[in-house]
Amino acid sequence: MIVLEKRPQPSKLWAYGTPVLAVLLTMIFGGLLFAALGKNPVDAIRTIFFDPVFGEFAFYYRPQLLVKGAPLVLIAIGLSLGFRAGIWNIGAEGQYIIGALCGAGVALAVYPLEAFWLFPLMIMAGALGGWAWAMIPAFLKVRFGTNEILVSLMLVYVAEQLLASMALGLLRNPDGFGFPGSRNLQQYPSAHNAELIAGTGMHLGVVFALIAVIFAYVLLSRHMLGFQIKLTGAAPRAAKFAGVNPARLILVCLGTSGALAGMAGLFEVAGPAGQVSIDFNVGYGFTAIIVAFLGRLNPIGILLAGGLMALTYIGGEIAQGQLGLPAAAIDLFQGMLLFFLLALDVLTNYRIRLRKGEAA
Amino acid sequence: MTAPLLSLTGLTKAYPGVVANDDVSFDIRPGEVHALLGENGAGKSTLVKMIYGLVKPDSGQMLLNGVAFAPTEPRAARADGIAMVFQHFSLFDALNVAENIALGMEMPPPMRDLARQIRSVSETYGLPLDPYRTVGDLSAGERQRVEIIRCLLQDPKLLIMDEPTSVLTPQEVQILFETLRKLKSEGTSILYISHKLEEIRALCDQATILRLGKNVGACVPSETSARDMAEMMVGTSLQTPERSGRAFGEPAIELSGLSAASPSEFGTALKNIHLSVRKGEVMGIGGVAGNGQDELLAVLSGEIPEPSDAIKLMGQPIGRLGPNQRRALGLLAAPEERLGHAAAPDMSLTENALLTGAVREGLTSGGFLRWSAARGFAENIIQAFDVRTPGPDNAARALSGGNLQKFVIGREVLQRPEVLVVNQPTWGVDAAAAAAIRQALLDLAAKGAAIIVISQDLDELMEIADSFAALNEGRLSAPRPTAELSIDEIGLMMGGAHGMEVAHV
Repeated sequence: MIVLEKRPQPSKLWAYGTPVLAVLLTMIFGGLLFAALGKNPVDAIRTIFFDPVFGEFAFYYRPQLLVKGAPLVLIAIGLSLGFRAGIWNIGAEGQYIIGALCGAGVALAVYPLEAFWLFPLMIMAGALGGWAWAMIPAFLKVRFGTNEILVSLMLVYVAEQLLASMALGLLRNPDGFGFPGSRNLQQYPSAHNAELIAGTGMHLGVVFALIAVIFAYVLLSRHMLGFQIKLTGAAPRAAKFAGVNPARLILVCLGTSGALAGMAGLFEVAGPAGQVSIDFNVGYGFTAIIVAFLGRLNPIGILLAGGLMALTYIGGEIAQGQLGLPAAAIDLFQGMLLFFLLALDVLTNYRIRLRKGEAA
Repeated sequence: MTAPLLSLTGLTKAYPGVVANDDVSFDIRPGEVHALLGENGAGKSTLVKMIYGLVKPDSGQMLLNGVAFAPTEPRAARADGIAMVFQHFSLFDALNVAENIALGMEMPPPMRDLARQIRSVSETYGLPLDPYRTVGDLSAGERQRVEIIRCLLQDPKLLIMDEPTSVLTPQEVQILFETLRKLKSEGTSILYISHKLEEIRALCDQATILRLGKNVGACVPSETSARDMAEMMVGTSLQTPERSGRAFGEPAIELSGLSAASPSEFGTALKNIHLSVRKGEVMGIGGVAGNGQDELLAVLSGEIPEPSDAIKLMGQPIGRLGPNQRRALGLLAAPEERLGHAAAPDMSLTENALLTGAVREGLTSGGFLRWSAARGFAENIIQAFDVRTPGPDNAARALSGGNLQKFVIGREVLQRPEVLVVNQPTWGVDAAAAAAIRQALLDLAAKGAAIIVISQDLDELMEIADSFAALNEGRLSAPRPTAELSIDEIGLMMGGAHGMEVAHV
């Protein structure tokens, strides 16, 4: 009989080991899945994990890694602060959309004015928009004790409707012959989130993501607020005893994650996406939840996880194109990754023992 | 000499890293009240779990009436006439007494017949209990009666009782003892687990003493002094805490007409509490669990805000201040629940030192943590309070209850409080550690701190408190000097025997 036995202390080795093991298991079972679909599993895995970085067309894919990874990391860092404290912001996607709308709105309002302060102002507007959208569940939770999971999630759908309305109405390109979507910000130099070094994919959002990682790392390991966040997540009663104000923590955590998601939205809409369109959001806000957990809610881990996730996205696209794998198989593959990670999580706190078949 | 009812030979049970029972042998005769004595962690619980079929021994054997007995589950043990009353009750608050009892039965009779049986057992054994009362409304003593009656309905040959008196007032203890003596006179054997030596001396015929999983001796309790038994339990001679003569100073903390609702639905609201504790004074607050102890601690620690000016620290109203502001002023607290309230189980001792020590020990600067200072503080606590642990990087949950309790109390004591409030400072702690904690509290008082000890252990309060007050349903009795009090008077202050009125219906 297999018995799970609680460890006296969480295992450090497994805390770092489980993500690696989860990736390996995903490769094995993903390979089996691809084999069942009649593809060469080794080819498929190589295409997904190896080609984007080292393959023949890596010069094209490598910048894409940064472009995909940066918003994931930026959002996941914000989410991880709340998740650590047991505050579940599931609506980063909505905050991402509202941030993009607010930031792009600022630029479109002053179009075609060229000014050095425009882009910084857009970043602030984006952060503020995401923050304000996250304040709705935060305020409702603090004031009326509502569940932030439901409220933040439902606000995603509100934000999506708002996005559609904006793309078709207020923000629609007046010179666009009636097509939905705003002006293209890539063609508006003051508002364009251009690559800092051409051809690298390195835009300002990547820089902000790295800053957020460092900021979160310092906060969590060296600052009282970070300690309070961890304490609240680990033992809420002890946190209250230690003098943590739960309401303040909810406002800070939801606010921060909203602001970072809003910024990510702005960087996306002003850069790689270029315009506000009906379906400009591609689910970064939801994928970032996976990234946050894949990175064990640890800033450095999130950085690595964001890279890995971007890799499977791009690798997945290549595999779809070159090997003709169905998109659903790629989704399944990514799902497997999260599944294995969460399932193996148990090893951090428990050890497996084999016993002879008798009742304990 | 009659043949033993239950005979244990060489019982051994090992868990990873610890041998809970090592070659334990003893006999229980029919109609005998047999005490199982030992400190926390001595292996008492493991032993009775083996008898009750919850744990399977690694080796050794049990004979019941001379027949080999190896229950694989509690149901099998019950079928053989063994019943057990656990320390923690397993009752549903929303159901009534009869429904709760029916739930534990294989083939429950119709409710009316069951109620009649419950009434008849409760009258026969002097355990007043109305089968139709909702369990949620019962006192701890009455809940225990539900558990006992549930066992008696099975007509057991051996009744195991695990720390039965920890939730009872002295009067309720007397009622329980009458019941147990009646059972004994009818030939039922009782295995009585406790560390309260005077009770064992009053009730039990035989005692087996366990230490570190081994049977270290047996005695006839009525012929052995409590001190001798305690020393057999601990294995060394015990030190009684010294209370040097102290002069009391100005009132350090005053509560005048304090009322507060409980944050929990099943909690007890505090009602109009008046209390004044002077510098150098140890105020003992007794009472049966669930009468407002947790709420009183939370109101004092600042976890429940108290917007009126009913709490004054050195004359200054502090009701609106949060826990850390109160700490800065010198009011510290140590809650009862070690894991999850006083300490975060998964965090290291260094982090747990930071938990309450940040303000007074200067463990932060400009909002940033001074990890080396926090670690130093944790090391200080570990050293000064003899906390057995490999080091401050270990998680709190890796410590034994007694060691963590020493850490939690030490953390507050070392911060030199003006006023210290502790709830159940020695609950679940072995005798040597308990003595060390009590001595630390007395030393702190000798240095001029005012100390409020909330405890359900009356012996502890008699030993260290200068004054005694009792909490009963959220109300606090007027404090009286402990030296003048008898146990009977204390029992009456605690509300006497709960639920006695049922007996007269």
